[in-house]
Amino acid sequence: MDSLPSTGRMTGAQREELIEQVKQQIAIATAQELLTKISEKCFKKCIIKPSSSLDSSEQKCIAMCMDRYMDSWNLVSKTYSSRLQKESMR
Amino acid sequence: MSLDSFAGQLAGADPQLQQFLQIETQKQRFQGLVHGLTDQCWDICMEKPSSRLDSKTEHCISNCVDRFIDTSNFVVNRLEKTQQFASSSELDD
Repeated sequence: MDSLPSTGRMTGAQREELIEQVKQQIAIATAQELLTKISEKCFKKCIIKPSSSLDSSEQKCIAMCMDRYMDSWNLVSKTYSSRLQKESMR
Repeated sequence: MSLDSFAGQLAGADPQLQQFLQIETQKQRFQGLVHGLTDQCWDICMEKPSSRLDSKTEHCISNCVDRFIDTSNFVVNRLEKTQQFASSSELDD
């Protein structure tokens, strides 16, 4: 890793820049994770027997599968966070 | 390099940055769990993907998440109990 800037002498603008960079890296990592998962899951669901091209029914299936995976992700996130809230009130 | 050790290196150096990293680390931990749970519950609950998430699948997914948390709580509680039992029987000796 590159040498860490000595943050004690960091200006406000430098800090903002660093925060922006970290946020961007996090966004990229999240997108990559989701992309990998979706490809893996939807390939399994939709490509039963790989043929010479991705036919239209497979494409339709993948499109729906992507949307449903994201729905599921959001539902898991919602369920999990409301559960966390309940647990913290106990 | 993990956010955690990065935040550690910055500890005390810049409070604003430190706070930002702590919050982001927490968010990442939460998201990591959501990724893992979505992965598992998808395999358990999803049949052929259709044009919308039907109520049966929705039910299955939210039950799946809740039962996973129940399971992990149960494991922690049981481990605590056996630990307590072990340490109290040590005192008896």
